[in-house]
Parts: sequence; structure tokens; C-alpha cells
Amino acid sequence: MRVGIPREVFPGECRVAGTPRTVKRMVQAGFEVWVESGAGQAAGHTDQAYVEGACTIVEDVRKLWAECDIILKVRPPQMHPALHEHEADLIRPGAALLGFIWPSQNGEVVEKLRSRKVSTISMDCVPRITRAQKVDALSAMANAAGYRAVVEAVQHYPRFLAGQVTAAGSVPPAKVLVIGAGVAGLAAIGAARGLGASVRAFDTREAALEQIQSMGAEPLRVDIKEDAEGGGGYAKQMSDAFLEAELKLFAKQAMEVDIIITTALIPGKAAPKLITAGMVESMRQGSVIVDLAAPQGGNCVLTKPGEVVKHKSVTIVGYEDLPSRMSLQASWLYSSVLVNMLEEMGGGEGFHVDMENEVVRGALVTHDGMLTWPAPKPAPKPAAPAPVPAEKVGVSEQAWQEVPHGKEKPGEKQAAAAKAKAKAGKGWLWMTLAALAMIGVGWGAPESFLSHFTVFVLAIFVGWQVVWNVTPALHTPLMSVTNAISGIIVIGGMLHLGGGLGDWATILGIVAVLVASINISGGFLVTRRMLAMFQR
Amino acid sequence: MISTNFQTVAYVVAAALFILSLSGLSNPETARRGNMFGIVGMVLALLATALGETFDTVGAWVLLLAAVAPACVIGVVVAKRVKMTEMPQLVALLHSFVGAAAVLVGFSTYLHPTGGEGHVLTHAEELIHIIEVYVGVGIGSITFTGSVIACGKLHGKISGAPLTLPGRHMLNLVLVILTVVCGVLFARAAGADNISGALVWLGLGTVLTGIIGLHLVAAIGGADMPVVVSMLNSYSGWAASAAGFMLSNDLLIITGALVGSSGAILSYIMCKGMNRSFISVILGGFGTADGGGGGVVVEGDHREISAVDTAARLKQAKKVIIVPGYGMAVAQAQHALADVTKKLRDSGVKVSFAIHPVAGRLPGHMNVLLAEAHVPYDIVHEMEDINDEFPETDVVLVIGANDIVNPAALDDPTSPIAGMPVLHVWESKLVVVMKRSMASGYAGIGNPLFFKENTSMLFGDAKKVVEDIRAAL
Repeated sequence: MRVGIPREVFPGECRVAGTPRTVKRMVQAGFEVWVESGAGQAAGHTDQAYVEGACTIVEDVRKLWAECDIILKVRPPQMHPALHEHEADLIRPGAALLGFIWPSQNGEVVEKLRSRKVSTISMDCVPRITRAQKVDALSAMANAAGYRAVVEAVQHYPRFLAGQVTAAGSVPPAKVLVIGAGVAGLAAIGAARGLGASVRAFDTREAALEQIQSMGAEPLRVDIKEDAEGGGGYAKQMSDAFLEAELKLFAKQAMEVDIIITTALIPGKAAPKLITAGMVESMRQGSVIVDLAAPQGGNCVLTKPGEVVKHKSVTIVGYEDLPSRMSLQASWLYSSVLVNMLEEMGGGEGFHVDMENEVVRGALVTHDGMLTWPAPKPAPKPAAPAPVPAEKVGVSEQAWQEVPHGKEKPGEKQAAAAKAKAKAGKGWLWMTLAALAMIGVGWGAPESFLSHFTVFVLAIFVGWQVVWNVTPALHTPLMSVTNAISGIIVIGGMLHLGGGLGDWATILGIVAVLVASINISGGFLVTRRMLAMFQR
Repeated sequence: MISTNFQTVAYVVAAALFILSLSGLSNPETARRGNMFGIVGMVLALLATALGETFDTVGAWVLLLAAVAPACVIGVVVAKRVKMTEMPQLVALLHSFVGAAAVLVGFSTYLHPTGGEGHVLTHAEELIHIIEVYVGVGIGSITFTGSVIACGKLHGKISGAPLTLPGRHMLNLVLVILTVVCGVLFARAAGADNISGALVWLGLGTVLTGIIGLHLVAAIGGADMPVVVSMLNSYSGWAASAAGFMLSNDLLIITGALVGSSGAILSYIMCKGMNRSFISVILGGFGTADGGGGGVVVEGDHREISAVDTAARLKQAKKVIIVPGYGMAVAQAQHALADVTKKLRDSGVKVSFAIHPVAGRLPGHMNVLLAEAHVPYDIVHEMEDINDEFPETDVVLVIGANDIVNPAALDDPTSPIAGMPVLHVWESKLVVVMKRSMASGYAGIGNPLFFKENTSMLFGDAKKVVEDIRAAL
């Protein structure tokens, strides 16, 4: 198996998919490695270093693309500036490609790869499960970006970060606000703390607040409990109230802090605008904002993606390539992840695409001429996690993720079709059985029965839909409330009460009403008792 | 007195309220409102029925009040008095009431068909009506006896061990065939207007289905009770639905179907949690099915730790996960545990709870108990969410849980619980297992966890031990 590592051709990209240290691991795993001459230059690796790592240096780019079985990339394939040919057209048909592909944004590239029967592993699609942590390239990059964000801030911040007491006078520590405590946000907290700053952070996710604390920063909260009590149209109202409270918090913080690092992203949407021009102007002289959401438009209204701008006396850093600015570290992290992935796929001896391996399957975008993205969900989650109310509404701060610019042409339609096909194959037996049963009912049953039957079937589906999302914590209350509701059978008893005590039907009816009523009153009350105990 | 049209509208509103009630129950924030919707819907449905045209005699009103008033008193008293740990058996008992009501309604409907005055049933309609009665009574009867047995098992009145009669599948099959035969004879007798003959067959069918219910649940081991209870919940819904069919009452049909499908989903979720097929749970015989195999015998030395030492380790820890099981419920240790949690949290230790989907004897059982003890629900996590966190955890406290933390489920393919997802407690730095003795769990399987290097046993009554820890903190 021959692995090829070409030079990244995206302007300004300094990372490389293999470093001298990691290619050694590839060779140990049984791969032969070819590296394009100068591939590691931007990351500080000479060709000589690669040769010492037992690689072959290849001058001819075409040859490298055409004769390698596996290509490792950072950025998605693009038009090669020197060859005037698309990289996806250079790759050998049937070969494997590992890299950040961003299939939802790069439909055309994916289609090219599919038609060339390339097995494409998109490192941004690796499923977020325990076993896949060692191949989680996004977290590795976000970690580098978060660290770098602090370094960039310090670069432009004209004061100390750590507090000092000197003969000339005492200096208070700089105050840093981190918005969004995903991997990048947490890395930023760690770096800023390490430099001696006093750090506070905000995230809408309850769980993240604990993580903020664990990194030694002070978690900020918005108090929205009062507003949430309003009842009726709860989520919507809360969303507005929440956003408002959030912005109020940031406005107050802007006046206090010296450095703001924002990492708020909503998947698939433009970044939420959280820092207004007014807030920027209210900041102290010399303050710095580092906007990690710049590739998605930025969390600050004044951010210019890709640039550093000065508004009054505040510097706003909008770099889009923070991991690339850590090229040596980021390359090593990324290519270590790639080696882990190669090992996961069988190493040099047994390298293959295993559709049963959920890590590989999740990241597989194209294979053998088929579009395999998005991967089918593994068996339905038995337990949906308890939704954190704030997450549904307004802004959800997430791990900073590296996303390429522009180009939005998802190949979603084909993917959906492929998914439906797989599903249909499994369910057809049941479908047929159900259809046969329906035909039987339609054949034999009189009209009066059918109208009830319609109601019955529809109600089953409603029940199914309604209950499916229940949180496991509420299983017992749900069961006792459904139990109370099934006491509705009391109506059946009531309808027989008209006959007087001489009638057996009436007596049976009375007993039925009695037991069903115990059920109703007991069931609802016990549910109430249980629910009264659920509290934060 | 209200018209039939008005009554129908009231029924539609009640049905909608029930749907809102169930959807409200899916989230702690809206759950209380959901329960309220259910109550309002029920009151509305009862009023609409009581004020309807078919309910027009004073006598009926008197009888209604005479039945409902004591029932409400009983219901309220029971609901107020029941301990949270006894919730599973109460729910099972209430299910049996629905089953009993369904049987009674079926009989009285046969004796006194309602709603059909002046309307002559066609032959097909009559046959369908007869079938509806029979099916309704049958489901009701299964629900009744099954729930009574489940309640007895949960309450400890009946042994939790599965009853495995020789050839039990055969027995079930024979019972089902006999039931069908009885049904045919019932339909024949009823068709010929031979009322007393029909009643005999209907009664016999009730007894047969009752035996089915009894045998079905008796054959299921105590560890599978969460599935059984939610399955019975589903049955009670179908029973109500069947009653709706025989009475031509759409509200009963809708409500029954809602409850029936929700119960079925819960059972399915439970089975997924144990990685077992629904059918195999229903057919029963957990841990006995594989005869000789029975898993590798687990032997070795275990270490013991004292409550004081445990408290010291907890104080030093940065992160603690507590895994409660049925033993915590039995010992009523949740309040003391909540105090320990609070103390640890106040001193800066990160404490979370890990809940296995089938911990306890009822789905969500642990959550209810912890909520009762005022443990904040946002530190109570599900297995899926927390299973990755064990490697970075300093101390895991296992309280009265066994099978759900058994590594044999992953390592030992011959184990009866092989493949069941479990909490990976052994990946943490220290596991303290609180247990009465070295006896095995409900599934009757040895647990290699107890012999791991990083496991220490803390023997004694869970409540007492937790109180000792609290005192030592």
C-alpha cells in the first residue's frame, strides 16, 4: 500500500497531512510513503527530514496522485494552480482519499470523487463516539485554534496578562471573556489562564458550565428562570428573552473585560451576532477581540473575515486560518489522527474499507462509485438526552470548527434517496404484512367498524410519535400518567349504569366504574407527586 | 343534558388533551403541565358522558356517585401513602384495575348492548361486535392476572425467580388454541341468542386468558420487570381500546391506542437498553435459557474498604460518579446519598449520577428516587452520555447495583447477559461497590468486577453505609 502526501495548494495553507515523525509511524504500520517535494516546507519540514523518515520524495505531482493507493490531504481537492487541473481528476480511480472534505459544502468535488470510484474518508464526518476520539480531527484542530486565539490576542494586547506588583506600581491581571466553551473555547481558557489572565466564560449548554469551571474559569450565567415561568408558547418566548438576557450580559461584560474570544457557531448557519458595535466601543482602550467564528461571518458585527481591523482603539482579529498559523503543531496533530485512521482501517497489510466499522462508515463519503454520505444513523438511540432548554433556542455555542469558505451545493438529495432505499429494503416485509392485513380488514368489515378502525390506527401513530422523544428520566411518571389515562375505560362502565340495580349489567358496570376510578384518581395523584420532585 | 353532537365535541377535546398530556410528559419542564392536561381531559370526558343522552336517569347518577366517591378516596389515600420505592408495584396494581374494568365492561356490554336502540345490527356487524367483546375481555383478563402477578413479584410476595414449567412454550400454545376455540363456541352461542350458553363460553375464555397472563408474567424473571410493567401498561391501553370498539366509543379507542402504543414503545426502549429482543423477554426464562452454559464461573480475591476510608477517598477526588441500583431503592438510601452528594459538591468535588436504562424495577425508577431526595436532575446522566467519562473519574460508588456494571457482558460471550450495554465503571481509578454480601444479582450471574484490582467492596446495608460515609465526611 502506497500513501501519498501532496503539498497543500490552498493559498496560505501551511499545514501538511504528514510530518517526519508521523510518516515514520505510517512506515511502521506497513505503508510505503511518497511525499511531494516541498510539501512540508510551510510547516517547517525539509525534504531531507522526510527522507530520514524513510519516505520517497517525489517531484512529479501527477505521478504522486496517479500512483498512490491512498492520498492524505488537509484541504478538500481543488483546482491545482500550477497544473490547471482539478486535484480530484488527478487521483487514481479506485484509490482512497483522507482529508477534510466538508461534503455538505463541496457537492461538486464529492461528485467528482464518486464518479472516479474513490473511497473518500472525510475527517470532518467522523462520528462523535468514544471509540472515534483518537480520529477526531476537528477537536484536534479546534484545540490548536483556541490556543492560537489567545496568542493572537496577546500579540495585539498592549499590556500584561498576569497581574504584577512592581516597584513602579501594581498591575491588575487582564480579564478575558470566552464565549462558547467547546473544544476551542476550553483550549482558549486554558491558554489564557496559563498566561495569568483572569478568565470568565459563557456557554448556553448547562454541561459546559461545569467544564468551564474545571478549566479554572468563572462560568457566567444568565438568569432567565423568571421569564420561563410565563407558560404558553414557552420555547419561543424564552428564546427571545434568553437572547436578550445573553446580549445584556455581554454588554455588561464588554465594559469590564480586556479581551473577548468568541467561538459561537450554529451548525449550518451564519454565526450569531453577539458583539455589537456599541459593545466594542464600550470596551477599554487597547482591548482585543478574537473572533473564531470569522469564517462564518463572525460573532462580532465589526469583524472582517481574514483581517485584523482596528475600530477606535479596539483591535478585532478575524483570521480564518488559525490552525494553519500553528502549522507545525497542527500538522503533527492532524497527521497523527490520520495515522490512527489508517490503522483503524487495517494498516498497511490489511487496509480496506470496512462498512461494518462505524467509525469508518461514518466518515465514508464516497465508495466504489456510490455516494455513502450521510451515513445511516446507528440503531435508534434508546435514550434521547434530556434537552437543555437553552440549546433549542437562540444561540448555541459550539466547538469552533474549521469550515471552508463559500460554495454551498450539498449533494443532499442523492444522499436522502440512498438512505431511503436502504431503509425500504429492511421494512418491506412488514409493509407487505401490514398491507395484507389492511386488505383483509377492508374485505370483511362493515362500514361502522371501519370508521372506528381509522380512528384506532391514527391514534396509534399519534401515540408513537408523541412518546418517542420522552426522556428516560420521565419513564415512570409517563407510565403512571398513561395508566391514569387508560382509566378512561370508566366510560364503558358508566354507560351501563342506567339499568337499575336489578340488572346484572349495571352491577358489573358499578364495579367497573369503581376500580377504574381508583385508577384514575390514584394514577394522576401519584404522577403529580412524582413530578413535584423533579427539580434542578 | 347535552346533545350527542356536543358530547362528541367534548370527546374530541378530551382526546386532544390526552395527546398534549403525553407530549408534555416528554420533558421535565413541561411535565407538570402535561399531567394537568390529563386531569382536565379526564374530567371533561367524564362530565360529557355523565351529561349525555344515554345517562338520563337519576338512578344512574346515584350509582355513579356511589361508585366514584369511595374510589376517589381510596385512590387518593393510596397515592398519598405509597412510598416512592413502592412505585413499581403500585403502577402494576393500577394496571390490574384497568384489566379488571375491561373484563367487567365486556361482560356487561354483552348482557346489555348500548347505543344500538332501534338500530338493527347486520349479521356482519353483530359478528364483529361479538368478536370485539371476546377480544376485549381476553386482553383485559391477561392484563388483570399478569399485573397482579407482576405486582406480587415486585412487592416480594411472590418469588422473583422465573417460573419455568417444562414445555412452557407448548403450554402457552395450547392455551391460546383453547382460547380461540372458546371464542368460536362463544360466537356461535351468541349468534343463536343462547345467552346462558354464551356466558359460559365467555367465562371460560376469561379464565383461559387469565391463566395465559398469569403464566406469561410468572415465567419472566425479576430483572426483566421494567419491560413487563411497561408491556402491561401497553396491554391496559389495548384493553381500553377494545372496550371502545365494543361500545362504538371513539374516545375510548383513541385513548386506549395512545396508551397502548406508548407502552409498546417504552417496552421496546427497555429491551434496547438490555440488548435483547422483545420476544425473548416476553417468552421469559432469563438466565436459564442457555442451560449448561451459564457463563464462566467467577472466582478470585476481593478487597474490602471501610466507610471512613471511602469518605476520605471521596474527599480527595476531583470527580465522582455514583451508580445507583435497585439495592439503593430497597435500603431507602437515596436521602443519605443526596446529603453526601451535596457535601461533596459544596467542597468542590464534581459529582454525577450514572443511570443505566434498566436500573431498578421500573423504567426511570432511579430518576424518580433521586428526584425525591432532591438530587438536581441535571447531574443525573444516562448511560450513553456518561459512559465515556469513567476513565477520567477518580472514584465510582456503586450502590446496590450488580448486573448493570458487570464487565462479563462485554468480555464473556457465554455470559447470559453478553451484549447487554453496561456502565464501564471499572475504567475509573477506584470503584467502591456497596453490597450486602458477595451474592450475585437478580440475573444470578457472578460479577468479575468485584475481583478487579481497582475495586473495593464495602459490605453492609446500603443506607447504613451511606450514613456512615456522610458522618465521616
